[in-house]
Amino acid sequence: MAEQHTTAPPVLSLRGVTASLGARRVLRGIDLTVGRGEVVALLGANGSGKSTTVRTVVGQVQPTGGDLELFGTPLRRFRDWRRLGYVPQRSTAAGGVPATVREVVAAGRLARRRLRPLGRDDREAVHRALELVGLADRARDSVNALSGGQHQRVLIARALAGEPELLVMDEPLAGVDLVSQGVLAEALREQTTRGASVLLVLHELGPLAPLIDRSVVLHDGRVERVDGTAHLHDQACHPYPDPSAPARTGLLT
Amino acid sequence: MIELLDYPFMQRALLAALLVGVAAPAVGIYLVQRRQAIMGEGIGHVAMTGVALGFLLSTNPVWTAVLVSALGAVAMELIRWYGMARGDIALSLLFYGGLAGGVMIINLSPGGSNADLLTYLFGSITTVSPEDVTAIVVLSAFVLAVSLGLRRQLFAVCQDEEFARVTGLPVRLLNLLLAVTAAVTVTVAMRVVGLLLVSALMVLPVAAAQQVTRSFASTLALSVSAGVLVALSGTVTSFYADVPPGASIVLLAIALFALLAVVGPLLVRARSRAGARHGERHEARHKTHHEAPEDPEGATVVR
Repeated sequence: MAEQHTTAPPVLSLRGVTASLGARRVLRGIDLTVGRGEVVALLGANGSGKSTTVRTVVGQVQPTGGDLELFGTPLRRFRDWRRLGYVPQRSTAAGGVPATVREVVAAGRLARRRLRPLGRDDREAVHRALELVGLADRARDSVNALSGGQHQRVLIARALAGEPELLVMDEPLAGVDLVSQGVLAEALREQTTRGASVLLVLHELGPLAPLIDRSVVLHDGRVERVDGTAHLHDQACHPYPDPSAPARTGLLT
Repeated sequence: MIELLDYPFMQRALLAALLVGVAAPAVGIYLVQRRQAIMGEGIGHVAMTGVALGFLLSTNPVWTAVLVSALGAVAMELIRWYGMARGDIALSLLFYGGLAGGVMIINLSPGGSNADLLTYLFGSITTVSPEDVTAIVVLSAFVLAVSLGLRRQLFAVCQDEEFARVTGLPVRLLNLLLAVTAAVTVTVAMRVVGLLLVSALMVLPVAAAQQVTRSFASTLALSVSAGVLVALSGTVTSFYADVPPGASIVLLAIALFALLAVVGPLLVRARSRAGARHGERHEARHKTHHEAPEDPEGATVVR
């Protein structure tokens, strides 16, 4: 294990990362490592810094301190974004103009294509991604005609279309029906068998529990606990240490 | 109808209308997608100062308008980018400042009067000069190169800006380019449609098209066709009725929108009936594989 770490750097590593939103310090020193092929879940109450952690990882929140490396490269110098697939917290997949499922998913190929037009391998990758999330037969439908769970599957397919080595997902299960949860679990299993790593924010492990190698529980911007597979069964039912603790609500979920 | 083409001024007006009809919806679709349909309106106000500066400096107002409205559009984009707390107030200052500045400057210029501004406000088919046509051809070539050549990139940015940034797209650059392109479109369109109505030609064909389309590509194609249709027919109408072309073009665009708004739901209903039949077949095929319960939200929501 140690030898593996010296030969290949981890896919993602955070050491003492701090970050602020406005005047509020949201991350107070996060340590986190995701190795090749690992699936790591970030858990914690609302406002504990889960989303800010992933948004820092994908470069959307500037860290104020600590070290953050993607594929062994400091975030500041990291440019190889095609290696990373991002599923933002459920925005809607719809804009002010109609777009088909395929058009939205094809945007996931832009990191690879740059200014070149889409070729046959791009179309195939888009089709594979749609099949993975079970929407291949809806490719020509408008995203406006989809249910909430299907919207989420479109956003996941968009990330998968880029064939990323690291998949970062912010609450992919939020508001997603059971069918879509099962589809997502299947898609994730497929990704990890081909060697991809996954970092995802969850409120509960649900049907994803068997896939998860490690869960990292955040509390108040710090890592409170890291659990291996042994504890994961308990967490599938009771993700938080103290369910009677007052709920922290805020903008920073 | 054919005798129209015997008049050189009508040839120029129709060529300008054709280019405007293509260019305005091709850029407008991204503003509509980003729910910023009103941006063209603001650029039109700012361009007024540019036009007046052209009069003051005795140069072709098209070029000064391009310059000033591009600066205004970039300012608007920066206001949006930095998410200024009072962004709406900042935009109002820009819009009204542009309009008032235009009126002020034109009245200060030698021999200038509000009457000169009027043809720029509502368009005029008789005043499109050969130099204007050259400018319109060059500028619309730029607009089309950006809006069609970068359509995948602009689509991604306007659909989901955060995702586009994580993809590594130069989002800030693309946004600035879109803002400048919108400004150029406004100046391309001002001779024919007029500055006060130009944003209508950027928005209404798109709004009309999306009543009957499901994909971005077909919305783009249909809105450009609609733009050409109303721009040309509006210009011809204005020749016969002797009214400013901006007015007839915009009223025709609204009529087209109303027509498609009536036809659209009928089309959607016919499609969803066909879709439901397809869905039943599909389900029957998959029943054997999936024992999963019916997706409770899965019922197709038709806009």
